[in-house]
Amino acid sequence: MALSRITSPFRSTNLLIPSILSSLRHRSISNDTTLTIETSIPFTAHNCDAPSRSVETTTSELMSFFRDMVLMRRMEIAADSLYKAKLIRGFCHLYDGQEAVAVGMEAAINSKDCVITAYRDHCTFLCRGGTLIEVFSELMGRKDGCSKGKGGSMHFYRKEGGFYGGHGIVGAQIPLGVGLAFGQKYSKDPNVTFSLYGDGAANQGQLFEALNIAALWDLPAILVCENNHYGMGTAEWRSAKSPAYYKRGDYAPGLKVDGMDVLAVKQACKFAKEHALKNGPLILEMDTYRYHGHSMSDPGSTYRTRDEISGVRQERDPIERVRKLVLAHDIATEKELKDIEKEARKEVDEAIAKAKESQMPDPSDLYTNVYVKGLGVEAFGPDRKEVKATLP
Amino acid sequence: MLGVIRHKTVRPTFSAFRHFSSSTKQMTVRDALNSALDEEMSADPKVFLMGEEVGEYQGAYKISKGLLEKYGPERVLDTPITEAGFTGIGVGAAYYGLKPVVEFMTFNFSMQAIDHIINSAAKSNYMSAGQISVPIVFRGPNGAAAGVGAQHSHCYASWYGSCPGLKVLAPYSSEDARGLLKAAIRDPDPVIFLENELLYGESFPVSAEVLDSSFCLPIGKAKIEREGKDVTITAFSKMVGYALKAAEILAKEGISAEVINLRSIRPLDRSTINASVRKTNRLVTVEEGFPQHGVGAEICTSVIEESFGYLDAPVERIAGADVPMPYAANLERLAVPQIEDIVRAAKRACHRSVPMAATA
Repeated sequence: MALSRITSPFRSTNLLIPSILSSLRHRSISNDTTLTIETSIPFTAHNCDAPSRSVETTTSELMSFFRDMVLMRRMEIAADSLYKAKLIRGFCHLYDGQEAVAVGMEAAINSKDCVITAYRDHCTFLCRGGTLIEVFSELMGRKDGCSKGKGGSMHFYRKEGGFYGGHGIVGAQIPLGVGLAFGQKYSKDPNVTFSLYGDGAANQGQLFEALNIAALWDLPAILVCENNHYGMGTAEWRSAKSPAYYKRGDYAPGLKVDGMDVLAVKQACKFAKEHALKNGPLILEMDTYRYHGHSMSDPGSTYRTRDEISGVRQERDPIERVRKLVLAHDIATEKELKDIEKEARKEVDEAIAKAKESQMPDPSDLYTNVYVKGLGVEAFGPDRKEVKATLP
Repeated sequence: MLGVIRHKTVRPTFSAFRHFSSSTKQMTVRDALNSALDEEMSADPKVFLMGEEVGEYQGAYKISKGLLEKYGPERVLDTPITEAGFTGIGVGAAYYGLKPVVEFMTFNFSMQAIDHIINSAAKSNYMSAGQISVPIVFRGPNGAAAGVGAQHSHCYASWYGSCPGLKVLAPYSSEDARGLLKAAIRDPDPVIFLENELLYGESFPVSAEVLDSSFCLPIGKAKIEREGKDVTITAFSKMVGYALKAAEILAKEGISAEVINLRSIRPLDRSTINASVRKTNRLVTVEEGFPQHGVGAEICTSVIEESFGYLDAPVERIAGADVPMPYAANLERLAVPQIEDIVRAAKRACHRSVPMAATA
């Protein structure tokens, strides 16, 4: 079935930094050995048999995990600085700490599988084929942004990569994701949709409405709760009578996963995809953590202790976990890993510099894309006698 | 959600048109909608229908009769009573590239799903700068029915009509129903299709052209149902019928009224409305919904902005009473516009009667 491919002029002139880090799909072509690594903890299952905690991976995959997560970490920290410098406006929700969920999921799926998430979407967008320049341009409201500057931080999309946003209304993305799964089943595509949501959204009524329909109609929908334990400033024990989110699907099977362990995430998503294609919806609960506050206007320390934050960073950081694995298996040296981190920093800085050069959108863009088919109708500006546009 | 009241509507079935051609077929609005759905589902395998009771029940108002049998349960889907959930699912399916037709048993229940209509559907093409288009139709009966009370009688024309990114249509006749529904399903943008329960059973003549499966009406164009030169009356949905009857009565008193069937609330056909007012110099807007911030308010302002110099009288506005819809039959009658209200307003616009409150 034909997915509409919208060719936008800016994409053809988009500058991809020619570095080994720019493509998140990069795999090294030499010395690729298969490894079997145990997840940090076994999976906890609800109404299903948990997958094995022994995960198959390769040296190149582990290296790509490290590279990707390092790049994302750098990107989010850079966004923090840009926000404080007032180059990013409005809302900015950062994902640092949660990188393993996006990266692990991507390793288990392909671009025909769909991913939809809420507003903490910068890293998910990157995983689905987005570029740093598109991220920073969009954050700064420039025309080279992935949404041409018209969306902002919460509205990144990449349809050709199977990424359907980027949604600002808590919980709305869940029925939308089930709708994507419906589309996949209707079109007989052998693919699944992952709908990501937080512990805050986990109590939304529309989640249960969508899950009910997904189960009734046998849709290949996977609901993924990124449980970072805080819905904005409200801890999970204060908002959910039952914070066992993986069990909340009741009739739908669930799996609780260490979301800071990228291999566990990959294994769980692989398991979920196979399950959903055969048996319909299930819930994955990723036990994860965000280092930043809910958004840039939240210091993140009024409702949790700094000790807790640094404790997680020390014990469970996803990047550190992979670093230890890589070093333990002699896949790379400490220096090589440090070089990768330096490269990432450089790449992020270069992307920011390029993004700063990008222009703001043309004033006429105020009136584009209101409709696909504008029918030649008039749209008015604040002073309609002064500014009128015709919608093409 | 709604105990569907199987009331018998006793309605005069004479149509809007005074002239009957012996070769013109008669078709109810119900059959018009059913045939339009059928033809569009047949023409495009991506079109599917979902909503409460659309399948096995044959449709709460029998609009989808026979479709489940013809297209099967994969394309005609009975949903649980969960508007927020199934509307979101419909919008997600549209993101994927399918063409859903989501039925609300009445538009009152669309309020449960309004976040998805506005934030997930209407705004997505804009927020994504054209990446995510939403070719979806939300349809169902809108506005007052008969004796269904306050929670089941709200008109949403101005609610949805104010939102950029949506297209809002309101058919009156069977020709409107067929042509506009087909246009809505074929349109790549989210369309709100406001039907009227009391019109479902009304018959209208339909020409061979209307019956053809390729028939389609343009979105954003009003229709001049009756030409006139003394006063313009705008209306949509059921009120078009009332306006036409009012025009008959006015004609006997020497007032020639031009009746405009809006057909499209958004985009609003400002040029047809203004051209008519520039001809007649007087305007009466008619709607069933609440007056404040209503469709008539927008039309009035549009005319003042574009054709102020042509107005020979203040714009008159006929709308539903500014109260929640009562149940008692006599109160209900007082809460919605009647033909005599339209006639009276037209006469006021033509300076043929003194207004109720004389200016002090």
